[in-house]
Amino acid sequence: MNLEHLIPLLIPFLASTAGAATPLVLAALGELITERAGVLNLGIEGMMLVGAVAGFAVTLHTGYASVGLLAAMAAGMGAALIFAFLVLTLQANQVATGLALTLFGVGLSAFVGRGLVGQTVLPLPHLHFPVLSDLPFFGPLLFRFDAMVYGSVLLSILIGWVLTSTRLGLIIRAIGESPRSAHAIGYPVIAIRYGATLFGGAIAGLAGAYLSLALTPMWVEGMSAGRGWIALALVVFATWKPHRVMLGAYLFGGVTVLQFHGQGFGLDVPSEFLSMLPYLATIVVLVIICRNPQTILLNKPMSLGQSFRADQ
Amino acid sequence: MLRLEARPEPSRRMMFASPLIAALAMLITGSILFSLLGQEPLHAFYVYFIKPASTVYGVGELLLKATPLTLCGVGLALGFRASVWNIGADGQLTMGAIAAACVALYFHDSEAGWILPLMLVAGALGGMAWAAIPALLRTRFNTSEILVSLMLVYVAHLYLSYLVHGPLRDPAGFNFPQSKVFQDAAMLPLLVEGLRTNVAFLLSLITVAAAWFFCTRTFAGYRMQVSGMAPAAAAYAGFSEKRNVWLAFMISGALAGLAGVGEVAGPIGQLQPSVSPGYGFAAIIVAYVGRLHPLGVLLAALLMSLLYIGGEAAQMEMQLPSAITGLFQGLLLFYLLAADLFIHYRFKRSMRTVSGAVAA
Repeated sequence: MNLEHLIPLLIPFLASTAGAATPLVLAALGELITERAGVLNLGIEGMMLVGAVAGFAVTLHTGYASVGLLAAMAAGMGAALIFAFLVLTLQANQVATGLALTLFGVGLSAFVGRGLVGQTVLPLPHLHFPVLSDLPFFGPLLFRFDAMVYGSVLLSILIGWVLTSTRLGLIIRAIGESPRSAHAIGYPVIAIRYGATLFGGAIAGLAGAYLSLALTPMWVEGMSAGRGWIALALVVFATWKPHRVMLGAYLFGGVTVLQFHGQGFGLDVPSEFLSMLPYLATIVVLVIICRNPQTILLNKPMSLGQSFRADQ
Repeated sequence: MLRLEARPEPSRRMMFASPLIAALAMLITGSILFSLLGQEPLHAFYVYFIKPASTVYGVGELLLKATPLTLCGVGLALGFRASVWNIGADGQLTMGAIAAACVALYFHDSEAGWILPLMLVAGALGGMAWAAIPALLRTRFNTSEILVSLMLVYVAHLYLSYLVHGPLRDPAGFNFPQSKVFQDAAMLPLLVEGLRTNVAFLLSLITVAAAWFFCTRTFAGYRMQVSGMAPAAAAYAGFSEKRNVWLAFMISGALAGLAGVGEVAGPIGQLQPSVSPGYGFAAIIVAYVGRLHPLGVLLAALLMSLLYIGGEAAQMEMQLPSAITGLFQGLLLFYLLAADLFIHYRFKRSMRTVSGAVAA
């Protein structure tokens, strides 16, 4: 196959990669902040589903996607609040509580969304920049996405800046590395951890809403299909650094959409095997990153997953 | 003002009371939910939680669904005790079901007596093989077994979907995505005529007893428990972490695989696109509600099974959405985790409100 034939195939492939990557970018960025503060929230999948159903339902009823997105953030935050209360106030085990949040989110979203199956909304509009969007090749490749795609890129830059160059970022990192020292200096460890967890929940809710409002503008039970877990793996892959989250998410986005474009590229493999790719890729990537224990040890927030109580 | 205070010792009484408190809180929430859905709460409560288990057939169904939950739950509980997080039991169950189905379909013309034992062995091995991947990657490459075992659930489900749409589809099945119906020799014998409960339930009881023996009477079980409760002490004593990870995954993988055999060679009787309504995930809740103790797991599995069949009954009789089952499951675990606080802490009236507020 020569280049002439490949380019018409490549452009839609690369363009749809951005759509598949955006929910991963968002969910992983939210989790990254949560984990940087020392809290391991395994409930992303649940928060995404709750966000997806809330965003879809509200958009359907109000007709405004922006209101839907806000509702999705609120729903994700609400789910994260349950988790935060159990883990931070009641000292519950973070792994178990995160699993509970995912199971709860799957059940709750299916319950709430039972009347929404089969309905559709208008997908988020694609932006059209004068001149830029009409460029050959680069137009469809870079300048014709919906606002959330660009928003997620900006968010990753913003989070990178906050973490490395602001006082707030320093406090979050300090609490993630050594909550006891941070507490001794006088920082409110639990309050900051609440904030980081709620932020993660809001962004995960947004990621879920991107699924139900942009990627496939409808509600399907369990529609996140493991993306929340892939986002968790992405945070490890990114060694807890925002710009590497972007890289990883676009890599995974590419693998995800390969299943829809595989036939076009001449891959003659049963669709189920192509659908396995994102999950298998997650495992491979984890192995590559974790193979060297020092990579993890140097980058992982030291207190990740451990409870903290000020009076002990 | 009330203040939390650490107990000098974990409360054993609270440890046993906590699942009951959680179940009670779930029932109360359920009743509120029922009335919000426009149902008369007491009637809905009766239809959901009491009526399904009040007939002989209902009890049979209760035991039937408790079987895979017990098998998976016991295996997971052993791992959780050692802080080995296998959350991919649903995938191991699926692979066990596939392996057993391959045996049944390969010898489809035979009614020999050795087919069923061979299926059980194949199922256990299938589950173990699938569980070996996260165990290997964790011990060899330090990879999170949580993420790997979970990713493999999706892979196993897709593989099953491929098989029933392709190579294992019944050629005479009008293109439905399902395999041939198993021959009689490949079906688990029923315990009581007229009920669907089969000998897999006895198998789960034996498993509970064996797991209890393993946990309390063997050195390997002791090593696993120490590693979970005090990793530093376990390392100092020279207990191998790798051995624990392997042991936990092999046991839970084999049991999940057996649960898969119990489904395809039991109520399902063939391979279908889905062989489990999330038993592997519900088993996580079962393990916790059962206090990670084999006997507790059995009781918790019965409770969880009641949630499943109650959900079905509520759907049929009151048109309540079946998704309510998942909601109850999640709520139950939340309430349990919250109630568990009081194993280690208790409320104390505090006069020092100012310092109390600072400490909190």
